[in-house]
Amino acid sequence: MHAFKYHRPSSVNDAAALAKGEAKLLAGGQTLVQTMKLRLASPSDIIDLGTIKDLAGIKSDGKTVTIGAMTRHADVAHSADVKKAIPALAALAGMIGDRQVRAMGTCGGSIANNDPAADYPAAAMALNATITTNKGKYEAEKFFKGMFTTALGAGEIITSISFQVPKRAAYTKFKNPASRFAIVGVFVADFGGSVRVAVTGAGPSVFRQADMEKALSAKFAPESVANIKVKQDGLNSDMHASAEYRAHLVTVMAKRAVEAALK
Amino acid sequence: MAVKVSLKVNGKSVSAEVEERTLLVTVIREHLRLTGTHVGCDTAQCGACTVSMNGKAVKSCSMLAMQAEGADVMTIEGVAKPDGTLHPMQAAFKEHHGLQCGFCTPGMVMNAIDFAKSHPNPSESEIREALEGNLCRCTGYHNIVKAIGAGAKAMAAGK
Amino acid sequence: MGAPLIGARVERKEDYRFLTGAGQYTDDVDLPRQCYAAFVRSPHAHAVIKKINSAKARKSAGFVAIYTGEDFAAAKLGGLPCGWLITDVNGQPMKEPPHPCLAQGKVRYVGDQVAIVVAETIDQARDAAELVEVDYEVLTAVVDGSKATAKGAPQLHEAAPNNTCYVWAIGDKAAADAAFAKAAHVTKLDLINNRLVPNAMEPRVAIGSYSRADDSYTLYVASQNPHVERLLMTAFVMGLPEHKVRVVAGDVGGGFGSKIYLYAEDVAVTWTSKQINRPVKWTSDRSEAFLTDAHGRDHHTVAELAMDKDGHFLGMRVKTTANVGAYLSTFASCVPTILYATLLAGQYKTPVIHCEVTAVFTNTTPVDAYRGAGRPEATYVVERLVETAAREMKIDPAEIRRRNFITAFPYQTPVALMYDIGDYNATMDAAQKLGDVAGYPARKKASEAKGKLRGLGYAAYIEACGIAPSAVAGALGARAGLFEAGEVRVHPTGSVTVFTGSHSHGQGHETTFAQVVADRLGMPIENVDIVHGDTSKVLFGMGTYGSRSIAVGGTAIVKALDKVIAKGKKIAAHLMEAAESDVVFENGAYTVAGTDKKKMFGEVAFAAYVPHNYPHDKLEPGLNENAFYDPSNFTFPAGTYVCEVEVDPETGVVKIEKFTAVDDFGNIINPMIVEGQVHGGLTQGIGQALTEGCQYDASGQLTTGSFMDYCIPRATDVPFYQVDTRVTACTHNPLGVKGCGEAGAIGAPAALMNAITDALGVKDMPMPASPQTVWRTLKNKKAA
Ligand SMILES: Cc1cc2nc3c(=O)[nH]c(=O)nc-3n(C[C@H](O)[C@H](O)[C@H](O)COP(=O)(O)OP(=O)(O)OC[C@H]3O[C@@H](n4cnc5c(N)ncnc54)[C@H](O)[C@@H]3O)c2cc1C
Ligand code: FES
Ligand code: FES
Repeated sequence: MHAFKYHRPSSVNDAAALAKGEAKLLAGGQTLVQTMKLRLASPSDIIDLGTIKDLAGIKSDGKTVTIGAMTRHADVAHSADVKKAIPALAALAGMIGDRQVRAMGTCGGSIANNDPAADYPAAAMALNATITTNKGKYEAEKFFKGMFTTALGAGEIITSISFQVPKRAAYTKFKNPASRFAIVGVFVADFGGSVRVAVTGAGPSVFRQADMEKALSAKFAPESVANIKVKQDGLNSDMHASAEYRAHLVTVMAKRAVEAALK
Repeated sequence: MAVKVSLKVNGKSVSAEVEERTLLVTVIREHLRLTGTHVGCDTAQCGACTVSMNGKAVKSCSMLAMQAEGADVMTIEGVAKPDGTLHPMQAAFKEHHGLQCGFCTPGMVMNAIDFAKSHPNPSESEIREALEGNLCRCTGYHNIVKAIGAGAKAMAAGK
Repeated sequence: MGAPLIGARVERKEDYRFLTGAGQYTDDVDLPRQCYAAFVRSPHAHAVIKKINSAKARKSAGFVAIYTGEDFAAAKLGGLPCGWLITDVNGQPMKEPPHPCLAQGKVRYVGDQVAIVVAETIDQARDAAELVEVDYEVLTAVVDGSKATAKGAPQLHEAAPNNTCYVWAIGDKAAADAAFAKAAHVTKLDLINNRLVPNAMEPRVAIGSYSRADDSYTLYVASQNPHVERLLMTAFVMGLPEHKVRVVAGDVGGGFGSKIYLYAEDVAVTWTSKQINRPVKWTSDRSEAFLTDAHGRDHHTVAELAMDKDGHFLGMRVKTTANVGAYLSTFASCVPTILYATLLAGQYKTPVIHCEVTAVFTNTTPVDAYRGAGRPEATYVVERLVETAAREMKIDPAEIRRRNFITAFPYQTPVALMYDIGDYNATMDAAQKLGDVAGYPARKKASEAKGKLRGLGYAAYIEACGIAPSAVAGALGARAGLFEAGEVRVHPTGSVTVFTGSHSHGQGHETTFAQVVADRLGMPIENVDIVHGDTSKVLFGMGTYGSRSIAVGGTAIVKALDKVIAKGKKIAAHLMEAAESDVVFENGAYTVAGTDKKKMFGEVAFAAYVPHNYPHDKLEPGLNENAFYDPSNFTFPAGTYVCEVEVDPETGVVKIEKFTAVDDFGNIINPMIVEGQVHGGLTQGIGQALTEGCQYDASGQLTTGSFMDYCIPRATDVPFYQVDTRVTACTHNPLGVKGCGEAGAIGAPAALMNAITDALGVKDMPMPASPQTVWRTLKNKKAA
C-alpha cells in the first residue's frame, strides 16, 4: 500500500470539505482497501466515513425502504424491516461476498463503486431507487453511468438510498465460481402490472431489460421470459463467461427470478 | 507519518504507533505479536486473517488499523479460557480433526464462533455457506463442517 | 496399558497449539535487526534486460540494499540445480539450461526474479522495488507446451534447442504396435491435464540470517524438506560446507509439493544476509505465490488402448508433451517420466505399454511435483481410457475393469514397477456397495424428472509411494538417495523424544509417529514427542513428499526402536540376571519367560543413564539409537472411487451428489488422520476437475493470478465424502503401511470427469468442467 493521510471527520460536511483532489472516501473498505493493497489505487488522503453519526440505519415506511449509506450488508440482510417490506433486497444483501465481507461492506460503498459485477446496483435499478447525496438526489436510472462510474461529482457523498417497495420481487445470482461476484444477476420487481427487470454482471454496468419488462408486465410468469433471447452484443466477456454464455444466463436467471417471486 | 491507534484486544487496552497505511492484521501480528492471525492472500478471499471486531467476524487484512480505533477485537489467542481450557468450538475442531496444517484454522474458528452465536443448530448447507469466506487447502472441509456443527451445539449447550 | 494405539483415532497432539494461535510458522519468526526483502520481478514473459537503474530506489526511505543478477554472478553463486537426470531416447542427458537465482540478461516468465531489494520495513522494500527501473526488450513468448517445438517458436534457452529438455520413452514400442495390429477395438483420447497452482494456504516465507561470530547461516523457511534444501543450497549453489548452514522449517502451512524445492528467494535472502550482516525476511504474498510457486501438471497426451473383442486389454500407447515451464525446477524432470509413465499399467494386466514423453520449456512458471506428481496424470489417462472403452464396447465400466484387474501378486508391470500386493476387486466391491451403485438407476430417473442430467463415473487408481529404493532411483537418474533417517532418544526416566527426517506440514506426524513409538514401547502417547524440521536437531532427512512419511520415515523410526529395544534387552538381562535369549519385551516390560522377573522399560532406561549396575564390559551407557531406512520397493496404494454428479443443463452447473472412496493404504495407524488426508486429496482432485485451471494469455501473462479468478474449492463446492478402506498389508516394511497423502488427488479427477461425460453423453471434455465449459459442451453436442 502506498502512503496516504488519514482523516476521521465527524460530519458529512467535514468529510465533503476534505474530499478533494486525490482524496478518497472510505466506507467499509472491502473494495478500496483491496485496491490500495494491490497498489492499484494510491489516494493522497483517506476520509473515513465510519465515525460519522446517522449515516447508518434502515427506515421503512411501507412505500420505501431507506438504507443509510454506511449500513453494512449484514445489517440489511438481517433486518426484520427489510425482510418484511422487500425480502428480495434482504436476500440480495445476504448473497454479497461472504459473511465477513458483509459485516464490513456498505450499501453506499457498493452503489458508489458501481462494480459491473456488484449486486446492489441491480436492486437500485429494479426497485427504482433514489440515491441521496450531500448535494442532491438521483434516480437510479440516471446514477449508474458505466463501468465503475456514477453521476457522483467530486466531494459528493452518498448519504442514503431509498428503494421502492414492490408487490413482489426476487433476485437470482449466478456467481463467479472464484470471486463470488455476479457473472449474471437478475432482479425482477413487480409493482403490480408494471415490472422492472435489472441485470448486473452481464454488461459494463447494470441495465434494464426492456423485452422482459414488457413481457412480464403483460403476464408475470416464468414462461413470459423463458424464450426471450438476449442479444450478446455489448455484454462482458471474460475467461469465466463469454458474452454468449452471459446472454443465455440472463434469460435463465430472469426465469428463475420470476419463479422465486411467485413462490 | 506515524499515528496512534488505540483499541482493545483480547480484553486488554492496547495502543500502537503505526504508519497510517497499516492494516489491522499488521498491528495484530507485528505490533502486538499475536501471530495466530494469519495472512493467506491479498484479495480478501481466504479468511485466514479473520478476527472478531465488536462481536462480528471480519477480515483483518481488509481493514486499516485506524478503522478499528476504539474497537473491541478478539483474536484466536483470546478464545480459550484463561486457564488454557479450549473453547467448545476449538475443542470440536480437535475432536473432529477439523484442521491439518493449521494455517486456516484461526480464521475458521473465529468465523465459526461468530456464526454459531446466531445458529445454535446449523444445517450442513448453512455451515458450508457460512464458510464462503474461508479457504482451506488441507481438509476438504468435511471435518471442518462436522466440527462447526458439533461446536455450535456445544456452545448452545453452554459447554 | 490401555487399548492398542495402532489403528486408534487418537486426537492430534499438534492441534492445541494450532487452535490457540500458538503455531510457529516461518512468518511468525522475527529476528532482531531484521530487515525486509522485496523482489523486482519481470512483468514480461520473455525479454532481454537491457539496463537496470536503481538510483531512485536507493534514495527511497528505509532503503538498505539492492542486488541484481550481476552481483550474484560476480559472487559466483551457482544456479538452482535439478535433482533428477533423465536420459533421452538417444542416450543423451537431458538439456539443463542455467537456472540463475536472479536473471542474467534475460527473463523467461512473468515473475522471474530480477533483483532483491532490502529495506527497513516491508512497505519500504516494496516502495523501493517499485522504483527500480528496468529497461526490457520484449521478445515473443511461447506458453503452450504443444506449440513449444513448432517451427519458428520463440527459443528460451541456448542450451535447449527447439525448447526441448528431453524426449524420453519407456516400454516396447514394437510389441505395442503389434498388439494394436491385432486389436478388435481401439479407444483413443486426446487429453489435456490442466495446469494447476498448488496454493498451500501459507505462502512461502524465507528468513536468511548470517552470523559473523561463527561464519554461519541460518535459513528459516517454509519447506517440506529442510535437509534437502540445505544440501542443494550449500553444495550446488553457494559452495558452503553444510555444517555452517542450519535450515529450520517449523510449522508449515501446507505444501502439496510446492515447498519441496529450492527457490531463488531462499538463496537470495541467505546470501544477502551476509552482505548486509543483518537478517533478511521475505514473505510471499498470494499474487507472488501464483507467479512463482512451482505449478503442477500441464500435460497434453494422446492415448490409445487396444482390446480384444471381449474388452481384454492388449496394449496401450501414450504420447505426452509435458510443459516444464521456463526452467527446470528441483524435481521437474522426473515427474512426467519416472512418476508418470511407470504408473500407466494402473490396476490392469495390460501386457504391453509404450509411452513417449517430450518435455518442453515455455515462458511460464516452472512446473514441478504437485500432490500426486505424475500419478494423477497417469491415472487420468488410464481411467479415462478404460471408462471410454467400456462405453464404446457397451461393457459395464466396473465389469471391464474387473476383467482386466491384476489378481496375482507380486506382479511385474511392463513399465518397470513390481506391485507387491493388492486386492482390486475388494476395493471395487466395497466402493460399489458404499456408493450404492445398485440404487443409481432410480436416482438417475429422479434427476431426469427434475430436468437434470445425472452421471456416474469410476476411477480405479494405483500409485507408487514410499519413494524410493535409492539404488533403483539412482539407476533411473536420481541425484540423491531417497532413504529416511530417524533417531529415538530415550530419556533417563523413560520418556522419549523422536527425531525424524520426515516433515509434517499438516499430516500429523507428531501424532501418528508417536502412536507407533508408544505402541512399540508400551507407553502412553504423552511420553513421546516427535521433533522434525530443523537440521540442527535432526541428524538427516529427505523430507516429505510422494506419500513417503509413514512408509519410509515411519520405518526408519521402527528400525531405531528395534535397536533401542534390543539394547534394552541386554540391559534388562543383566539386571534380571537372565540370559538375553530368555528375555522378552512386551507391553512396556522386559520379562523372563517362565519366571515373574520383570523390568519396566523406564527402569531399564534409568539403568542405562545411571549405570551403577550395568554390563559395562558389553555395552555403552545411554539409550539413544538412530537408523537409516532405504526401502526395498515402492509401496502401491490403490483403490476405487465412484462419483455421482447432477448437471443443470440450463446453466452447466455440476453438483457432486455422492463421492465414494475406498482405498487400500495397507495397515492404518490413525484412521482419523488417514480419512482427513483422503478428504483433502479428493478436494484438490475435485478442484482440478471442476474449478481450477491455470491460464496464460498468448503474451504469457498469468490471467488466473489471484483467488478472484483461480478458484480453489470452497466448502460449498464439495459434499460430505463417503470413505472407507480395505487392507492388504505392504509386504516389505515392518508396519505394513503404504501411504495415503496423495490418493484422493490422484483418483478424483478421472472419477469426476467420467461421471460428467457420462451425464452429458459425450466422449470427452476439458478440465476444469466449469459451468461455462459444460454448457458449451452440451450446446456443441446439440448442434452436432
Ligand atoms: C471477498 C469479497 C467478495 C465480494 N463479493 C461481492 C459480491 O458478491 N457482490 C457485491 O456486490 N460486492 C461484493 N464485494 C464488494 C463489497 O460488497 C464491497 O463492500 C462494496 O463493493 C464496497 O463497499 P465498501 O463499503 O466496502 O466501500 P469501500 O471499499 O470503502 O469504498 C468503495 C468505493 O466507494 C466510494 N464510497 C464509499 N462510500 C461512499 C459514499 N457514501 N459516497 C460516495 N462514495 C463512497 C469509495 O471512495 C470507494 O471508491 C466483495 C468484496 C470482497 C472483499
Ligand atoms: S488474508 Fe485476509 S482474506 Fe486472505
Ligand atoms: S488446515 Fe491447512 S489450510 Fe486448512
